[in-house]
Amino acid sequence: MKDFLLPILAIARKDVLLELRTKDVVTSVLMFALLAMITFNFAFDPSPAVVALVAPGILWVAFTFAGVLGFNRSFTLEKENGSLEGLLLCPVSRDVIYFGKLLGIFLFMMVMEAVLLPFFAVLYNLPALNLKLLLLSALATLGFSGVGALFSAMAVNTRSREIMLPVLLLPVASPVVIAAVESTRAILEGASWGEIGRWWGLVLAFDVLFLIISSFLFGSVLEE
Amino acid sequence: MLPFAIKVSGLTKTYGVKPVLHGLDLEVKAGQRFVLFGGNGSGKTTLLKCLAGLARPDAGDVAIAGMDARRQGPEARRLIGVVTHQPLLYEDMTGLENLRFYGRMFQTPRLEERIQQVAAQLDAAPLLSARVRTLSHGMKKRLSLCRALLHNPPVLLLDEPETGLDEEALRLLDALLTSEEGRGRTVLMATHSLERGLALADSVGVLSGGRIAYQAEAKGLDVAGFRQTYHSYLGVGQ
Repeated sequence: MKDFLLPILAIARKDVLLELRTKDVVTSVLMFALLAMITFNFAFDPSPAVVALVAPGILWVAFTFAGVLGFNRSFTLEKENGSLEGLLLCPVSRDVIYFGKLLGIFLFMMVMEAVLLPFFAVLYNLPALNLKLLLLSALATLGFSGVGALFSAMAVNTRSREIMLPVLLLPVASPVVIAAVESTRAILEGASWGEIGRWWGLVLAFDVLFLIISSFLFGSVLEE
Repeated sequence: MLPFAIKVSGLTKTYGVKPVLHGLDLEVKAGQRFVLFGGNGSGKTTLLKCLAGLARPDAGDVAIAGMDARRQGPEARRLIGVVTHQPLLYEDMTGLENLRFYGRMFQTPRLEERIQQVAAQLDAAPLLSARVRTLSHGMKKRLSLCRALLHNPPVLLLDEPETGLDEEALRLLDALLTSEEGRGRTVLMATHSLERGLALADSVGVLSGGRIAYQAEAKGLDVAGFRQTYHSYLGVGQ
């Protein structure tokens, strides 16, 4: 267990250190998501009826596309100086590398969401700062990051990786995103735990599915 | 102790439709320094990548100290240190942070002490505090050598390690490979430098047509004679 966990933590720690140095991912991702939210705020009539209808979608569009930017950057850093090969030379199984990268990506996404949710609450005048929405964000982000880490590793070796990643990722991740949007809508309308249970079950099921399948496939997409 | 630290049999690797390695067989005895020569595109780097577990062979077996490089990947990789054309370092981390990261990944005991020891051996101590981005190619290569040696691997795979190194660094590398500590280590080095290769090697090989086309003990080989042999395998005019 120690042999499994320590390298995962070492990879995530390295990603956090690199991010603290460069601030590449957090800055670009935050700016993008914030601009998306502000743009949508201007694009739609911010009446309570319209906001209730479109705000959950706006929130997850911002999270999703900002996430795509973050995933891309996270793996592009690994390509510099062949660092990805350096990781592959380490005496750990490929799924350890996958979970290490996933942990780093998940942490960045959670930081981004923690900063954006208060903005979202103020901008759309919604009770977005509640436990249910925070838990849902974490759960849906885990599944989204899980499949995002796999497809970023796949796309990083392609010439047009910025285009390839969303093209590959978004169709596969759509069940999680749709469930997250519907669940967010229900939470903002004041639904109880029981009422949102169906959507949470779906998110959880896809999380498990994505993590298992992605960890198995990760090694194959990295080797020549 | 196993007689062969590196054993390759029937190794085939194709990129697209182009076969790079074709049924390659190679055995390197434990503690031996084997120097591999070959023209550009002959497959030296591909062979080293297959040995290091970075490339998946289409056919054949690769074993490091008796361990299958694919089925026992993590165990086999623990036994090897690799220096490639690229330094495999993170540009925005310092030399020390890079070595700490790799040390943690290899779970190197007494890591801080080992980092200082390896850095001293390669005269890389002043590079530890600098961000890799600010270093020259040769300095990065020194750090890359430190990275490869950090976990004290019994097998070293070196792909043209002399590229970018200055005279002093080359002298330190040669000293490291031929030292008491280095003598117990198996080295497979790919290079274009016939003089350096012959000076360091216990045995040499020429990779041509996807196979080891020529193999001999280095003792008794002179540079001029070997150059002729080498060129004949490359199809180069004398």
